[in-house]
Amino acid sequence: MKVLVPVKRVIDYNVKVRVKADQSGVELANVKMAMNPFDEIAVEQALRLKEAGKAEEIIAVSIGPTQNQETIRTALAMGADRGIHIEAPQDIEPLAVAKLLKAVVVQENPGLVLVGKQAIDDDCNQTGQMLAALLGWSQGTFVSGLEITGEKAIVIREVDGGLEHIEITMPAIVTVDLRLNEPRYASLPNIMKAKKKPLDSQNATDLGVDIAPRLTILKVEEPETRAAGVKVANVKELVSKLKDEAKVI
Amino acid sequence: MSILILCDHENGQLHSTTLNTVSAAKQIGGNIHLLVVGDPSGKVAKAAASIGGVEKVLAATNKALENKLAENLAPLLKSLAAGYSHIMAPANTTGKNVMPRLAALLDVMQISDIIKVIDADKFQRPIYAGNALSTVSSSDTTKVITVRGTAFEAAEENGSAAIETLDSAEDAGLSIYMKSELSSSERPELTSAPIVISGGRGMQDGANFAMLEKIADKLGAAVGASRAAVDAGFVPNDYQVGQTGKVVAPDLYVAVGISGAIQHLAGMKDSKVIVAINKDEEAPIFQVADYGLVSDLFDAVPELEKELG
Ligand SMILES: Cc1cc2nc3c(=O)[nH]c(=O)nc-3n(C[C@H](O)[C@H](O)[C@H](O)COP(=O)(O)OP(=O)(O)OC[C@H]3O[C@@H](n4cnc5c(N)ncnc54)[C@H](O)[C@@H]3O)c2cc1C
Ligand SMILES: Nc1ncnc2c1ncn2[C@@H]1O[C@H](COP(=O)(O)O)[C@@H](O)[C@H]1O
Repeated sequence: MKVLVPVKRVIDYNVKVRVKADQSGVELANVKMAMNPFDEIAVEQALRLKEAGKAEEIIAVSIGPTQNQETIRTALAMGADRGIHIEAPQDIEPLAVAKLLKAVVVQENPGLVLVGKQAIDDDCNQTGQMLAALLGWSQGTFVSGLEITGEKAIVIREVDGGLEHIEITMPAIVTVDLRLNEPRYASLPNIMKAKKKPLDSQNATDLGVDIAPRLTILKVEEPETRAAGVKVANVKELVSKLKDEAKVI
Repeated sequence: MSILILCDHENGQLHSTTLNTVSAAKQIGGNIHLLVVGDPSGKVAKAAASIGGVEKVLAATNKALENKLAENLAPLLKSLAAGYSHIMAPANTTGKNVMPRLAALLDVMQISDIIKVIDADKFQRPIYAGNALSTVSSSDTTKVITVRGTAFEAAEENGSAAIETLDSAEDAGLSIYMKSELSSSERPELTSAPIVISGGRGMQDGANFAMLEKIADKLGAAVGASRAAVDAGFVPNDYQVGQTGKVVAPDLYVAVGISGAIQHLAGMKDSKVIVAINKDEEAPIFQVADYGLVSDLFDAVPELEKELG
């Protein structure tokens, strides 16, 4: 089985993002970028499937500007076998991403696509579910446990009330949550090796997919900041403030 | 204009975020219909019918929908879509699972987690863990939307809508529900509780959460946690507050042994009053706390419990 892992290049989760003065978006110039953390978990899971003999080949796909090839190289350094870069605008929407990924699935015919639950830039949480719909495949979302047995897989999903176990039919889309695994770091020799792994690049427009945005961004602004309050000296003062000043208890 | 809302519920109880979603729909304007699935007792449909401003409740009784599997539910929503300008759901795990699948079936771009309705086509939503707010305008004919509950008032339960049953649905045969492991608690539900007390890595282990539970019981509060506390196995996943967990905005939020990473703040910074208890006076949580107590939590928390009488 081939496993496809879409990896998104996003602002590093440690960076404090700044809104552009003209309110057109957030500042991306000279900002540290990294692989979306959920996608690292997806790559790790694919590697573990390969190590367990359940997957033969791992293909990392990234859609976006040329720099996204760096993110693919990161996946290759972690252990993915080859990469596919699809050149597209930076702010491409999940629906368009899902359509492009569908085109890749049709070309590559994977048995499983491991997608991040959410990209930490747009916070959309859509792409995997959309891809599943476009392919007519089953979906296991927000997954913290995955057990594949031939034609079926059992997934454990993190839901609002706790955990849910469902059985899904393969091929399937699985979107991964934080507790599925802890991603490995790429070792230096593997980073070197990754430079020689195959990375194919194509243009979104060549895939015959309409990627025109459906949403127009009218304005991006900073949220109101919360003023820092006061420090209280002890628990007694805290309780009296909560009772008499804030009146919340 | 007509708006269809997919109700969320758990254990036969209508989830309060459905009430918030109805308020968001009222701001858009038009006839509001609610869809209830997976409700064999009919209790949820009855509760839904009592929400003010709702014209009709559709109770889908087909067994294929019992467990709200996205593969079966999205096609049903699609079959109803022609009659609606907007299809909405609370941005809970059910809505997040099903609605993007519906959006792709309709070939529309979902608008996730809205916090403001500008008009019928324009909405505001947080991006980058709430560090930026994006206002977007949609050109799609059907708007598929998930709603952040904390951003909208709860609609009143003073209505009496008609309930219609709906049997059409098919089992796509793609997935099978097996079982759930739900955390049970007598305490209020996290996202609607008036007071939330959360613990972080500073709690050191799960047993120490008993200290927070005692306070929660005195205050009628829910207990939450940071990702670090969940990852360490102190508490179950459904306690997680934050960018990729639950969003809460209670009257009072007490953060105990939580540093205040942006991903955590994303889930609680709209709380009315924030209290932080942390032994590190430089902890970023103090930058958003109305009342900060620099103290070892193992001294402060038992004392707090005593003070509350
Ligand atoms: C993709 C992604 C998604 C994420 N999503 C979330 C999310 O949804 N929610 C979330 O919370 N985090 C999330 N995080 C993690 C986040 O970045 C932080 O790592 C996490 O919030 C830290 O948890 P913490 O504050 O409990 O732990 P720490 O940062 O380790 O802080 C522990 C605090 O406890 C204090 N402390 C220790 N001992 C004591 C004591 N005895 N008395 C008093 N204080 C004490 C310390 O001073 C410290 O400030 C996410 C991260 C990523 C990358
Ligand atoms: N441009 C992209 N390139 C590759 N993968 C993507 C891209 N956008 C989204 N994804 C995948 O979809 C997941 C969810 O993204 P989103 O729906 O935007 O929250 C991410 O974690 C990635 O796995």
